[in-house]
Amino acid sequence: MRVHLPVLILLCSLSAAAAQDTKIGDLLIASPWARATPGAAPTGAVYLRIENHGASGDKLVAAAAPVADSVMLHTQVVKNGVAQMRPVDGIDIAAGTAAELKPGGSHIMLMGLHQPLRKSDVFPLTLTFEHAGKLEVQVYVSSVGATRPDN
Amino acid sequence: MKASVAAIACVGIASILAIAIVVGWYHAEYLGVDAPSAPAIGGPFFLVDDNGNAVTDQTYHGKWLLIYFGYTFCPDACPTALNAVAAALDALGQDAARVQPLFITIDPERDTPAVMKEYVAAFDNRIVGLTGNPEQIAAAARAYRVYYRRVGSGSDYTMDHTVLLYIMDPNGRFSGFLSHDLTAEEIAGKLKSLF
Repeated sequence: MRVHLPVLILLCSLSAAAAQDTKIGDLLIASPWARATPGAAPTGAVYLRIENHGASGDKLVAAAAPVADSVMLHTQVVKNGVAQMRPVDGIDIAAGTAAELKPGGSHIMLMGLHQPLRKSDVFPLTLTFEHAGKLEVQVYVSSVGATRPDN
Repeated sequence: MKASVAAIACVGIASILAIAIVVGWYHAEYLGVDAPSAPAIGGPFFLVDDNGNAVTDQTYHGKWLLIYFGYTFCPDACPTALNAVAAALDALGQDAARVQPLFITIDPERDTPAVMKEYVAAFDNRIVGLTGNPEQIAAAARAYRVYYRRVGSGSDYTMDHTVLLYIMDPNGRFSGFLSHDLTAEEIAGKLKSLF
């Protein structure tokens, strides 16, 4: 059987992209990523997109990762030029909508990192949803200060 | 023949007048920033650089300053800003030598010179991290109208803080703010327009 090289490359790239999306029930978790941490900074942030394809709402209520002492859900707003970051008890994902955790907004904060996050590292993150339950995703580490995943 | 010479002279004089008006207007607009009624932003500061040396605003006299106040435990806003500053330096090419980016901590308790050095080096070696004792930091923040406040308790506290980028001219005069969400290209473009 002959497999054309371009087809093979296409299949490989599709499977690599699919590896970063995970499903649980009606929820799809797309592209979990983190930034490499500068110097010895003991904090980091994880970003991802949660799509709710179901008919009822759900809520991300907790996250845990073995790379850090504690993991918190944070919102961030900038008011009058002042950034205010606050812990929240959950992030709602209404039916048919998506929650986007990205730089400059909400994020999953890693506190007390056991070691710096370096570009190309991969680490597991367990997400707990109010209705869909628990799910483990793999987080890919991009470069320091990246504004979008770069791998 | 005489008429055409007169016409050329008229056009020439009109052009000079037009340029003079535009330059004068620009100058007036520019001076408006420093008008006595405008609140003074910036001024002397006495801090410690990331090699542990005492520095003042005079240390950087002659350079355009790009100043950002933040802290190294900051997981989101500060890395975004410093990454944009680093990319802006790259975009400026040789002109980057005219700019001194400063990252001043508003969390001196955790941000020692050594911590600051390692942190800024992860973005760009041309960025200098500044710290100091709490009084020195408070004085620098006051001079730049920077707000900061500790949130939470224990070792995991975070900081609310102003996320503007300040531009100071080579004479130490306030030249403008840049919003926290500007791209590297926008930062570089703004600096080029001021040079």
